[in-house]
Amino acid sequence: MTEPNRKGDVWVIAEQNDGELHDVSLELLSKGRQLADTLGVRLVAVLLGAKVQEHAQRLVQHGADTVLAGEDNRLGHYQTNPFAKVVAGLIQKHRPQIVIFGATPVGRDLAPRVASTVRAGLTADCTDLDIGEHVEPHTNQKYENLLYQIRPAFGGNIIATIVNPERWPQMATVREGVMRMPDVDAKRRGQITRFTPDLAASDFALKILEHQSAVRKVNLKAARIIVAGGAGVGSKENFRLVWDLANALGGAAGASRAAVDSGWIDKDHQVGQTGTTVRPALYIAIGISGAVQHRAGMSEAQKIVAINSDPKAPIFSVAHYGIVGDLNRVIPMMIDAIKKRV
Amino acid sequence: MPYNLVVLVKQVPDTKRITGEAMRDDGTVNRGSLPAIFNPEDRHALELALELKGRYGGRVTVITMGPPQACQVLRDSLERGADEVVLITDRRAAASDTLATSYILSCAVRKAAEKAPVDLVLCGRQAIDGDTAQVPPQTAEKLGWPQVTYVESVEEIAGGRLRAKRNTGRGWERVEAPMPCLLTVTDAGPEPRPASAKRIMAIKRARSRAELQGEVAAAMPGATPEAVAAEVEKRAAALAARGFLIPQWTLDDIRADLQWCGRDGSPTKVKRIQSVILKGSGFKKVEPTKEAVADMVHELIEDHTIG
Repeated sequence: MTEPNRKGDVWVIAEQNDGELHDVSLELLSKGRQLADTLGVRLVAVLLGAKVQEHAQRLVQHGADTVLAGEDNRLGHYQTNPFAKVVAGLIQKHRPQIVIFGATPVGRDLAPRVASTVRAGLTADCTDLDIGEHVEPHTNQKYENLLYQIRPAFGGNIIATIVNPERWPQMATVREGVMRMPDVDAKRRGQITRFTPDLAASDFALKILEHQSAVRKVNLKAARIIVAGGAGVGSKENFRLVWDLANALGGAAGASRAAVDSGWIDKDHQVGQTGTTVRPALYIAIGISGAVQHRAGMSEAQKIVAINSDPKAPIFSVAHYGIVGDLNRVIPMMIDAIKKRV
Repeated sequence: MPYNLVVLVKQVPDTKRITGEAMRDDGTVNRGSLPAIFNPEDRHALELALELKGRYGGRVTVITMGPPQACQVLRDSLERGADEVVLITDRRAAASDTLATSYILSCAVRKAAEKAPVDLVLCGRQAIDGDTAQVPPQTAEKLGWPQVTYVESVEEIAGGRLRAKRNTGRGWERVEAPMPCLLTVTDAGPEPRPASAKRIMAIKRARSRAELQGEVAAAMPGATPEAVAAEVEKRAAALAARGFLIPQWTLDDIRADLQWCGRDGSPTKVKRIQSVILKGSGFKKVEPTKEAVADMVHELIEDHTIG
């Protein structure tokens, strides 16, 4: 597909796996709603699965005008080819102007396959989307109402704004946790179009022999307070202090990649570009130098306290409170102060 | 049964090395201070290919697209045991986005398959400069092959089918895929082997024509283009005789349709780049004393951040 369809709708590709609707699908609806309203078009959610009715209703209650709900028992568990075939087929048929996916492992597997099929551009891991105009420097041609796809690049050291002026649809994957959850409106009505996708046995190229979902040991996204430790903590024994402070505050323990790689704490606790993106009320960074990859995952916290022995650590650049000092002395002082006040 | 394995790799700036020292005073990153490295996850893809070759026999061909200096990752691959390497270098490929890049790479895989059918393409999950993870699935789509992303290990290949364990983010999955197919390998894949010391000695002199061009031009200042070209040819012939000339393909060699390459072939355009500026000392400095820490905690309680 190359021709822009300026009356096309805004689409959100919802993610359902083994009967569960992924949070990011709802987050995408809040941004999708804004984009659709700005452009004066409908917000359409696409949902594929073994059973779709209940989740389709949730998508409507979270902002979708229409849900295209494809039902097939074989679509209960995700695999690339059949999902890509159905989504690409729907795009070719309905010609949306914007298609967004969650930048989850599934979304990052599916979206490029679909984009390649319809020969459209795709921007990965956007942290924001907007509508605006663009003048192409090589031709001086002006384009109205393009999708600005805003994403960190180069390890998070630059923020790039990407546009697809001519070859549509404009496609993007959006990071989990960066868009707000929309409010639920149980009374909201929308159109749910159920259909049976046209899939042959040969479309299911992979045989899923076995699969297991590990239960996450911690839900960082839900934590109001996160106390996170990094390389500067120094040892697994010292990491106990991070847990102690988290416990004193009723918060969750987090970590930088360096701490996870050192084996001091499980990967489920990792905050940052390759871990979880969080926006808690309070984030306490202990011995975390604050590489951009880490800052990308926590700089939206409402209050940030940085404790580090290196006064030049980049983490101080995003901090509200900075303590240059030895964590072995500072953390007990904090725990003491918290216990006395509360 | 031996397999014909192709590994797609990329040379990238080491974005993980960005520390205080790589930051300029204005808070932006000094990219020139970053060394060019073998994209980390591509090393795991190469290792998996070498491991499969060890188990079943076959050939490992490593392909990269980039400027002449990208040959360093090819030499690195040869040192670790790759049988063959190819540099795709062509000015018309510049400014390719992921879609155009995947098209070019799919043409290169097809070209590599002319000698013998390719059974498997392996890639790192993503490159650390862009972190998009888009090129491998798009390349698989262009080839019309199934993709298995986020692979940690290959358990077995038998009867034209491959069994792999992949990380799904929420857990793991064991899948069976028909070949040919494309795998993306994560850093949980097999640990890259060290380069063989014997091979390092031999391979350090391997060069592509594009590199020779630069070296000769620098060594013969003031020489005519003809003289430089003649010297390049002489050195290339000497390297080729000993098997140390790194083959180079242009977009014509891989029969790429130019409308899908480079700027023209790229639907996405960069509208704006903003450097992330560190905000600087906008924080409240708290002394590491009992009183100061207690005051800070008190403020956080007062504004309802705590409690």
